[in-house]
Amino acid sequence: MDIHEYQAKKILSDFGVAIPRGGIAYSPENAENKAREIGGTKWVVKAQVHSGARGKAGGIILCDTPLSVAQATDKLLGKKLVTNQTGPEGKIINRIYIEEATEIKKELYLGLVFDRSSESIMVVASTEGGMSVEEISKEKPESIIRSKIEVAVGMQNFQAREIAFALGIEPELIRRASETIIGCYRAFSELDANMVEVNPLVISKQDQILALDCKMSFDNNALFRRNQVSELRDKTQENSNEVYASDRGLNYVSLEGNIGNIINGAGLAMASMDMIKLAGGEPANFLDVGGGATPEKIVKAFKLISMDEKVKVILVNIFAGINRCDWVAEGIVQALEKIEIKVPLVIRLAGTNVEKGNEILKNSNINYIEASTLEDAANKAVKALGN
Amino acid sequence: MAVIIDKNTKIIVQGFTGKMGSFHAEEMIKYGSNVVGGVTPGKGGSKHLNLPVFNTVKEAVKNTGATASILFVPPAFAADSAMEAADAGIRSCVAIVDGIPSHDMIRIKRYMRRYTKSEKMSLVGPNCAGIISPGKSMLGIMPGHIYKEGRVGIISRSGTLGYEAAQQLKNLNIGVSTSVGIGGDPINGSSFRDIIGKFEEDDETDVILMIGEIGGPQEVAAGEFAKDNMKKPVIAYIAGLTAPKGRVMGHAGAIVSAYGESAVEKVEILKEYGIIISKNPSVMGETVKNVLSKS
Repeated sequence: MDIHEYQAKKILSDFGVAIPRGGIAYSPENAENKAREIGGTKWVVKAQVHSGARGKAGGIILCDTPLSVAQATDKLLGKKLVTNQTGPEGKIINRIYIEEATEIKKELYLGLVFDRSSESIMVVASTEGGMSVEEISKEKPESIIRSKIEVAVGMQNFQAREIAFALGIEPELIRRASETIIGCYRAFSELDANMVEVNPLVISKQDQILALDCKMSFDNNALFRRNQVSELRDKTQENSNEVYASDRGLNYVSLEGNIGNIINGAGLAMASMDMIKLAGGEPANFLDVGGGATPEKIVKAFKLISMDEKVKVILVNIFAGINRCDWVAEGIVQALEKIEIKVPLVIRLAGTNVEKGNEILKNSNINYIEASTLEDAANKAVKALGN
Repeated sequence: MAVIIDKNTKIIVQGFTGKMGSFHAEEMIKYGSNVVGGVTPGKGGSKHLNLPVFNTVKEAVKNTGATASILFVPPAFAADSAMEAADAGIRSCVAIVDGIPSHDMIRIKRYMRRYTKSEKMSLVGPNCAGIISPGKSMLGIMPGHIYKEGRVGIISRSGTLGYEAAQQLKNLNIGVSTSVGIGGDPINGSSFRDIIGKFEEDDETDVILMIGEIGGPQEVAAGEFAKDNMKKPVIAYIAGLTAPKGRVMGHAGAIVSAYGESAVEKVEILKEYGIIISKNPSVMGETVKNVLSKS
């Protein structure tokens, strides 16, 4: 789960990381008042959407009067921001963060992620802040500092100090820099994060060390014990079909193509998408109804796919184990009594009681194309596009 | 013997009296697995499915001599149960449950560092279908009848894709020595590399089929290990050629975040290591058949 910049900064500040003064606004008047409250002579108006690269997309505006803060807010609120990370549909701007402008002496990069090979937390830092980590690793790979943290004992002071010195931070600021790095580590480890990225981490002209921008992402599996994190979820930043799916216990990812998929198991779903591509088609979605593929889940899956207007053919591929094909087939028949499907439907059942399952489908009223193998299913789905 | 479990392996079920635990314990017993009891804290001393229930894994091990366990415990308590099994001297533990936090998985693995190599439990999963040695024993939730007895070792991150492979092999009259589902999570108990090494040593396995997917370094690590240490042929299929970058595809671990983690890159790297690639999921069985006919 992702959160907004202002939420991430609030978390960092709770862990002792300094951030510029700022406040959230939902209207131009609100924003103007916030600017006056914050004080100073320059403010940054920042669109709050779940994406990086907001500056390049026009989502960050520097202002020098409270009135221009209001104007900038008016310009951004309610619009969709399209960045190189949001996809062409963009993300809606519902909240604006007003922040005092910082005079920057030095921009650094600080990121924390899981390192899956060593199964520890990896700190990645660079003197080249402001660029994305992908750009840094392409253009300035020699600037990257990596430090593996042993999670059983947590980050030690010396590790934070080593990173700070490697970043070329002046001796009198090392202590503050170490506290900042440890604060980020603690936020990662104590809140079940997957990713914490402070970019840039800056040293201001007044020699403050400030988190100027921050992205955080959390482990969905741990949200049950992180209420303070889960309540930060902003569904307006997620694809509406994906929200519908996650609320119903389905694993769904919206894609660009026109063949809708209903599949049990994530691996089989990815494999079916591969077969569609090989057959010359494009999947409209990834959808895993779960290994069990219960009739209830299948009904929900058909509802979800029928909401997607891109879909011109639906492919159902279920490998039934303990759950048996005859039971799955009954689920499909029940689903199609409730939901009208206007596009061609290809069904491939495999596994336990496959003959019985296919017989139930044949004897029902549903109009479908039967497929036997993965390959057959993909070919028939692509062929049905032409009909 | 086959890999990890055989006919005599004594199995206990953790979370025995729950709905999932009961259902799958019965399925395992029907298949012929040697289930000797189970653990549900607070229900010790009672009987369930005609088998003894214990309060702790230690008691269960002491009274039954069990060496393997399977976890049907809710995700929030799963880490605790896995560590309890390791501490009680269980040799092989399968965690079926989906939804264990990554930080908890790391905690389990750090906890297990206290054991020497010979005392250390092998944990398989979580978020997996478990292990089956066809005709011998099942420590998992798979449909046993789709597996024919034979000499192909299967390792798969995905459950249903592992079934698909077993079915394709069966249709070609090819059987399986053991199939191991290592699960779809980013941090798992056993990696491809851990299991592939066991297959190399197993005298009932001739070839290994490795079914990977996007995300993480494990397929490549296994390929490198195979190149340096293995004589048996390894065949691989990597799912997710069409998956977009940076998105989680169902499995929490199926996300491309670095070089070498996409399906295309994994296939390229594995080829360099001499791994035979099944070019699509529909020909996993045929690819194995071709390899077998040459060896």
